[in-house]
Amino acid sequence: MSQKVLLNAKEVNIILHRLACQLIEKHTDFSNTVLIGLQPRGVFLADRLAKILEEDYKVKNIQLGHLDITFYRDDFRRGEKTLEANTTKLNFLVEDKNIVFIDDVLYTGRSIRAALTAIQSFGRPNEIELLTLIDRRFSRHLPIQPDYRGRQVDVINNEKVKVNWEEHDNEDSVYLIEK
Amino acid sequence: MSELSVNHLLGIKYLKEEDIQLIFETADHFKEVINRPIKKVPSLRDITIANLFFENSTRTKLSFELAEKRLSADVINFSSGQSSVKKGETLIDTVNNILSMKVDMVVMRHPNPGAGVFLSKHINASIINAGDGAHEHPTQALLDSYSIREKLGDVNGKKVVIVGDILHSRVALSNIFALQLQGAQVMVCGPKTLLPKYIDKLEVKVETNLRKALNWCDVANMLRVQNERMDISYFPSTREYTQQFGVNKELLDSLDKEITIMHPGPINRGVEITSDVADSKQSIILDQVQNGVAIRMAAIYLLASKIKQ
Repeated sequence: MSQKVLLNAKEVNIILHRLACQLIEKHTDFSNTVLIGLQPRGVFLADRLAKILEEDYKVKNIQLGHLDITFYRDDFRRGEKTLEANTTKLNFLVEDKNIVFIDDVLYTGRSIRAALTAIQSFGRPNEIELLTLIDRRFSRHLPIQPDYRGRQVDVINNEKVKVNWEEHDNEDSVYLIEK
Repeated sequence: MSELSVNHLLGIKYLKEEDIQLIFETADHFKEVINRPIKKVPSLRDITIANLFFENSTRTKLSFELAEKRLSADVINFSSGQSSVKKGETLIDTVNNILSMKVDMVVMRHPNPGAGVFLSKHINASIINAGDGAHEHPTQALLDSYSIREKLGDVNGKKVVIVGDILHSRVALSNIFALQLQGAQVMVCGPKTLLPKYIDKLEVKVETNLRKALNWCDVANMLRVQNERMDISYFPSTREYTQQFGVNKELLDSLDKEITIMHPGPINRGVEITSDVADSKQSIILDQVQNGVAIRMAAIYLLASKIKQ
């Protein structure tokens, strides 16, 4: 198994600030916008973006939630192991809100499809956008594309993109791992 | 651990402690789901479940059916009262006929102990025991333990007394297994005639004085007096039973601590517990009912995930 660094900590930090600025450009004051990190690993990116928006760009009252999509996935009973659920934490109404789904890697698009179904259990949003740190192009199974992307990469199918976060993995980095 | 060690839920005695913890963790997520505006998830939309009730049931059947529907499974229901069982059909033939309609999972209540185990050896579907005679009622025991965990933070180290008709109760036996597996201390309390002869082998404390039992415990699980199973007289009168083994507010208030009151239902109000106890803040009876749906969703979800496509 070999691995190659796609992004180091400094590059991740630059990209996060750019993504935060792009969100401000589109949503301005965030009064009707909610950020939703997709479990399990999109939540680190969502938490980090919310922190940057609040601390570096003084955006007040960011509404941030975590959404688990386990029960909405279309590969239940297809894998070797039972799909393990994570915590959903949405302490606000999504009705008529502008939602930004946030995930670390966009690959086949099936997770986002599941998230689009899952969010319907909480109400009818006004609009849903997608933000991903890594966009694996040429690997989509569904017609889903991000509105905000950190870095677009070409990855073949026996390779995996692994995003590490300081608070969980002790470093900010993105690796391309050959399986 | 992300997978159950069993393919059927036949009884607590077949489970490991890790299985119980996995079911509880999964139930935590389903509790969140059933408090959403839309309480349904699509996980089991390609699964068909048959609820086979060879014995009457109201809340267990409703709870299972609701759990199945909230997981988006297709559900068919069967009650022996209106079926070919009355015409002499065997259990295996009845179930095989239903399974030939492409059923993936069977939830069965049966008056005979061991009916689920017997069936699991002869058919090719996942089975959940929803009560087999006076043997086991695993989902009830799971939801009882889950409710204790929710109220007191942990089951491990807690003292639980099961009061009443231990002899005829599948709830008691499954509860004893489940509580012991999780490290709780268990006592049974009831008239000597309603304590089974094998009780010594279960390594539980035995008490015939209710006040002493309540003074010992953190949780009292009050069982229903099962009039339908009382083919002979086990105690002189219901009035005398209530005087000796019924819990009322006065008795609870006279204890020097606050204990949690549970009841698997249906309650004979004024017999096992009085209305003011059943409706008091010490009672978690309605929490048990709500937790029942989440626990059954978890058990069905985890078993269904082992049925590979």
